[in-house]
Amino acid sequence: MEFRLTDEQYMVRESAEAFLADVSSTEQVRKAMLQASSYDPDVWQRLCNELYLQAITIPEEYGGLGMSYVYLAIVLEQMGRKLFCSPFLATTAFATNAVLLTASDEQKQQLLPAIAEGQTATLAWVGPQAARLSGTWDAAAITATWQATDTGYVLNGELSYVLDGDTAELLIIAAREAGSTGTEGISLFALPATTDGVMATWTPTMDQTRRQAKIKLSAVQVESNQCLGQAGQAWPKLKKTLALAKVALAAEQLGVASESLDLAVEYTLEREQFGRAIASYQAIKHKAADMKLKTEVARSAVYYAACIASEELDPQGDAVLASELEEAAAMAKGYCSDTVFYNAGSALQMFGGVGFTAEYDIQLYFKRAKASELYLGNGAAQRELIAAMLLDSENA
Amino acid sequence: MKLTFSAEDERFREEIAGWLKENLCGEFEHLKFRGGPGDEHMFPEERKRWEQKLAEGNWVGIGLPQEYGGRGASIEQQVIFAEEYARAGAPGRIGHIGEGLTAPTLIAFGSQEQKEKYLPGILKGTEFWCQGYSEPSAGSDLANVRTRAVQDPTTGQWRITGQKIWTSLAHESDWCFVIARTDPDSVAHRGLGFFLVKMDQPQITVCPIEQLTGTSEFNEVFFDGAVADDIVGQPGEGWSIAMGLLGFERGVSTLGQQMQFQNELNEIIRIAKENGSAQDSVIRQRIAEAHTGLRLMRYNAMRMLSQDERSGPDSSALVYKLHWSTWHRHLGALAMDVLGPEAEMIDSAPYNLTRLQSLFLFTRSDTIYGGTSQIQRNIIAERGLGMPKEAKGR
Repeated sequence: MEFRLTDEQYMVRESAEAFLADVSSTEQVRKAMLQASSYDPDVWQRLCNELYLQAITIPEEYGGLGMSYVYLAIVLEQMGRKLFCSPFLATTAFATNAVLLTASDEQKQQLLPAIAEGQTATLAWVGPQAARLSGTWDAAAITATWQATDTGYVLNGELSYVLDGDTAELLIIAAREAGSTGTEGISLFALPATTDGVMATWTPTMDQTRRQAKIKLSAVQVESNQCLGQAGQAWPKLKKTLALAKVALAAEQLGVASESLDLAVEYTLEREQFGRAIASYQAIKHKAADMKLKTEVARSAVYYAACIASEELDPQGDAVLASELEEAAAMAKGYCSDTVFYNAGSALQMFGGVGFTAEYDIQLYFKRAKASELYLGNGAAQRELIAAMLLDSENA
Repeated sequence: MKLTFSAEDERFREEIAGWLKENLCGEFEHLKFRGGPGDEHMFPEERKRWEQKLAEGNWVGIGLPQEYGGRGASIEQQVIFAEEYARAGAPGRIGHIGEGLTAPTLIAFGSQEQKEKYLPGILKGTEFWCQGYSEPSAGSDLANVRTRAVQDPTTGQWRITGQKIWTSLAHESDWCFVIARTDPDSVAHRGLGFFLVKMDQPQITVCPIEQLTGTSEFNEVFFDGAVADDIVGQPGEGWSIAMGLLGFERGVSTLGQQMQFQNELNEIIRIAKENGSAQDSVIRQRIAEAHTGLRLMRYNAMRMLSQDERSGPDSSALVYKLHWSTWHRHLGALAMDVLGPEAEMIDSAPYNLTRLQSLFLFTRSDTIYGGTSQIQRNIIAERGLGMPKEAKGR
């Protein structure tokens, strides 16, 4: 049985860890989140030029490293630990995956090398309706529209909750054919953020370590070759893209959850009340043990789902394993969402009064926990997806 | 990082699956899915014959070294064996204490004579063992043993006096291993010995404990100057031998156990679809949670089984008991809630429970035996997180 990191995977983890220790200290996080872009562009350049992490899962033929999704999970776990502020998740887990799954070879040749070189990118798909649909983030929430023209398409509408949407250089946008409903008529388009008629606006968020924006499309003209894959047929691939993004986000949540636990344990070992470290009280130990249990199960969930995601992305991957992708992603995102909020919330409580101050970092983890829990659907939303797979189909 | 077993292991899987298919039939057909936790008191004689059948196929003690009559099977193969065994619905093992605990202990700590005397009976499926650890005053505080062992100065023979409790299958066993105090002035884990005691002697009385299920798998065992055939190791080494023995339970049976859990969950899902509770949003959440918990238990177990020198003892092992026992207890409650008012209706008077009612009631013991959830949390906090040890009253 080899369900453990390989030597090469340990190496990548160590180099990511060392890099983040250098660029994502408390002071650096607090400084980055107040910058105009919510991240430090110099650090992003270093990440792209020195470690090449943004190119991990891009195949070698498009200028990337061609490594498996497990490596991406390893890196994201470390980024979560340090609350790293960057457009990494949006670029790799959302935009890159969308291109990998939907674009033609020619389009990949056009788009992926630029990302591998450090271009930032994001995926915008839901409209403001996502909030009214209980945060389901699915096809029904796609409301921007496209209409065919003589030379391509014209796009209109509004897109919400776009990660790093006002700073990304490349936008992957989902829109539906005007008049279509449900999963029909959905297309993905790749367009530079500078395209005429695109208006991206920062939407300040409670979690300041990751930026969100809304994008307004007003009669945006795009060429026909900017439509990724076949017009109107994108939903199944977009659905898989979102499953891959869930796995990535779950990996980051694992990092946030484990660091919340570690910070809490460290603090309770130092803090004394009634003449002894509060870590010696069972009320504290047992809460920490429950956090540890959840963290370990979350780790199993993330690395299982990352293995499945690798099979999906690998053209020679095992089709049976790959078919588990949506279920695996829902399990990982659901379990990790619950875990990250439980851990960060419990940790804040274990810090007592100082946990409520701005000075201590646990509040930052707590805010990131809630934000990432809700993004792409919380634990209950994921469980409903699983319930539907188990209970609603005839052959389940 | 891989999710799959090797081709060689998959061939081993075919071998055991094929053997079970050929042999678990005829006189053994009715034992399928019987004798598991909550049902251990059923069909003891038939299950003992089944153990001999297994032994004929060389399927007892497969993880033991070949020189002692085992197969020297790898951890993966032991896991596969447990998984296929459960998949086939083969009955709860009545020989598991001898095979899984006594035999490895003797191989690690026993003398040559002891190995020759006891291992063949275990490996042939003809001699069965029970475990004499807990006492009325030694539950979570397992080292607080009061049972005494006194050595006759002339014959050198050890005699045991005291009481053990929660001894499963004591009434079906030929032998019991007992920890008892060899030094009457000692406290806690010092001054204990590890003894091998024949059950068939007038100085031993076995009293079944009636459980909340109305059945009795557990017993009280009273020793009144009972003769111990052997002591393993030296007087005073009992605790370290007993603890070493716990280390042998390294999770090889876990995937098999999960197969049984899957059967239970499938049954609950079937009922939920049939009676319409599958449309209830709260039940849907709970079924999805149970499904997720079980799947992740599998990957947790695979991590546990994948440990190597580099990864070191993985924390997945530390949380394993707390995870499965809590999960299983929730499953028992879910079964009742899916059934609704039907959950109350027993099979027949006086108190014959349905399978799911037994599940519901029996799973309350999961979070108590083998280290309660509270003890598990202490262990996780202390060993996994480096938090201070509990204060002791002595």
